[in-house]
Amino acid sequence: MAQYRNLFLFAGVALLFILTGALQSWNLSLNILNLALLSCIMAIGVNIQWGYAGLFSTGIVGSVALGGLAVVLVSAKPVPEGWAAGGPQIVEALLFAAIAIAFSTWLYRRLKPGTNRALALALYLVVAFFIYRLILDPGVIAVEANNPAQAGNIGGLGLNSLFAWPVGALMAAAAAWVIGKIALGLREDYLAIATLGIAEIVVTVLRNEDWLARGVKNLIDLPRPWPVPYEVDLQVNPAFLEPVASMGADPVTASTIFVKLLYAAMFGLILILLVWGCERALNSPWGRTVRAIRDNEISAAAMGKDVKFRHLQIFIIGSAVVGLAGAMLTSMEGQLTPPSYLPLRFTFLIWVMVIVGGSGNNWGAILGGLLIGWLYLAVEFLGPHVMEILTAGLPAGDLKDHLQDTAAHMRLLTLGVVLLLVMRFAPRGLIPEK
Amino acid sequence: MDILNALVAFLNFIVVPGLAYGSQLALGALGITLIFSVLRFSNFAHGDTMAFGTAFVILFTWWFQSMGITAGPLPTALLALPLGILVTIAMVLATDRVVYRFYRKQRAKPIIVVIVSTGVMFVMNGLVRLIIGTSEQNFTDGARMMLNPQDFKAWTGLAEPLAIKTTAAISVVAAVICCALLFWFLQRTRTGKSMRAYSDNEDLALLSGINPERVVMITWIIAGALACIAGTLYGLDKSYRGIVYFSLLMPMFAAAVVGGLGSPVGAVVGSFIVAFSELIVTNAWRKIFSYLVPPEWLGDGLYQALSTDYKVAVSFTILIMVLLFRPQGIFGGK
Repeated sequence: MAQYRNLFLFAGVALLFILTGALQSWNLSLNILNLALLSCIMAIGVNIQWGYAGLFSTGIVGSVALGGLAVVLVSAKPVPEGWAAGGPQIVEALLFAAIAIAFSTWLYRRLKPGTNRALALALYLVVAFFIYRLILDPGVIAVEANNPAQAGNIGGLGLNSLFAWPVGALMAAAAAWVIGKIALGLREDYLAIATLGIAEIVVTVLRNEDWLARGVKNLIDLPRPWPVPYEVDLQVNPAFLEPVASMGADPVTASTIFVKLLYAAMFGLILILLVWGCERALNSPWGRTVRAIRDNEISAAAMGKDVKFRHLQIFIIGSAVVGLAGAMLTSMEGQLTPPSYLPLRFTFLIWVMVIVGGSGNNWGAILGGLLIGWLYLAVEFLGPHVMEILTAGLPAGDLKDHLQDTAAHMRLLTLGVVLLLVMRFAPRGLIPEK
Repeated sequence: MDILNALVAFLNFIVVPGLAYGSQLALGALGITLIFSVLRFSNFAHGDTMAFGTAFVILFTWWFQSMGITAGPLPTALLALPLGILVTIAMVLATDRVVYRFYRKQRAKPIIVVIVSTGVMFVMNGLVRLIIGTSEQNFTDGARMMLNPQDFKAWTGLAEPLAIKTTAAISVVAAVICCALLFWFLQRTRTGKSMRAYSDNEDLALLSGINPERVVMITWIIAGALACIAGTLYGLDKSYRGIVYFSLLMPMFAAAVVGGLGSPVGAVVGSFIVAFSELIVTNAWRKIFSYLVPPEWLGDGLYQALSTDYKVAVSFTILIMVLLFRPQGIFGGK
């Protein structure tokens, strides 16, 4: 019986999606499925960090946003005028900043410790910062002055957004390297606090730096990844229309469903590859080392394992997987909307998925991703119904209106209560680690 | 050269807001550091505890206002504060009983309790949204200015005004009173000493007959009261939105870590470091400089190191610097 338990769980989740499709619409069901698959990939990334190594990061949303930014940089329409106006200058400024920071670490190692070193370095960094601003600002102003209503940014490379996926992973990995270098090896709470900050900064940059990705003006019309076609092209393509007509389906609905199925297949394929890779890694000497470190850091260190290095490695790999999913998300949505990067949606929801599914178990993370992903999005159409049924007995009035309005906020409360209940009564999750 | 005007502008844009903001942060960071030293975890729910307490203070304020009770020139919220504090204390004690106690008995790893505290954060945030909604609530009344800028100008004849908002003054006074009471309590009373003993060495404290549950309860009561006061002062000074308190977490953590997690004095000092750094970095210095050097030297820059949107980057940088160079903080926490 026990070996069928997991199968039943997955079948139950599949039933949820099928019911949504049959009772609401297949478009909605597939939409939720695609977002849930992306959440599964993010959950795999978080599971690598938490489940394998016990690292608690509160900055998942930062990795997701960096992945989104990668799509903009790689595949947004080029803006030659904007780039010519100040692009190279901005790049120079960023290069200068990188060199200045590298030089400061070199100085720090070379100079003798003491108050003088601290003062000299502080002075050096302040001066370097103002030089950086002096190079950066004119470039930024020039770029943002170029056609602000439609562009005002440096533009992207205009490549297919499939190329952006690995770039997103790399960008998230680079950010994770910096944070991990600083915050790992100290008390474990410090990683949680530091990642909270870096994520907030990444999202603030996306919101405010118009030259980069147009900030809150949103960057739309990002191209789709290969090989996903546009619905309008499908609707005039005889190779698509003929089989659809022979099945007797409506070509408009069929085209939207076809596109979503294609996305689902791509995401599913990547998810399967990731899980296969993770399972292989977990059952290798590397996986045993990592679990040994998680279960008892001191004895692992005594065995000669480099705990800090392994933690850094895992933190980077996990963040890269999340960045990959972030890039996939933005390329599917075809637009970058910085205000949508909420810690609730992309940090804590993913956490709940991993913990409910079963931390340390990849299949658990996937189950959690699908189940919680469905719940989170289904609340949007179920919530008002449920509230209507619950408040049916009340007379019309302020109280009833207030209660029905609050349905939207119930998500947060429910998420918190679910997290607390699972942590307390089923800390190993639905599919526990073997 | 007009040093006097430059000084007044400096007071007006840096010192007064910095003292007020630092006081508000200090009351919050004290709660974080106390919970850390006694319960040994970083409480991510602290920002939302502040929002929760403030929401109730606002409700009581409205109730008082509807009955026509006001505090004259002071905000009515000060009268409502004790009731709000009671509700907050009840809430944190209930949370401890229902949620945290289980993990304490289990001696769970601190990181598990940190995760649990994010769950509590959601529940509290959800409750705040249910109770008072997400829109901005203004509940400040009484005299707006303690020192009116026009009066100041007429009185001194300077070109530059100095304004002190009543809420800013109240924040500083409240912080001084709370800190004095807290430090007196920790240093002089038997209960305070038992709290410090428990935080220093749990086993030894247990051996000498200190009741751990009592210490934990008192810690929650103090942290809850401080959170409610800090939240209300912040809400009075800026305006209240339940969702902005989450973003206070970063400066409060930075303040607590700078001072040394677990050290109350450190939390207060750290808060003022964070508050003044934020203001110094995000302030547009043009006005102050224009009194010190001939204006034509200045060009047309604002002399602002970072835009105010990047406030969080300031506290983050401070946090990173401390983690890199002195992870135990200035006053050597845990």
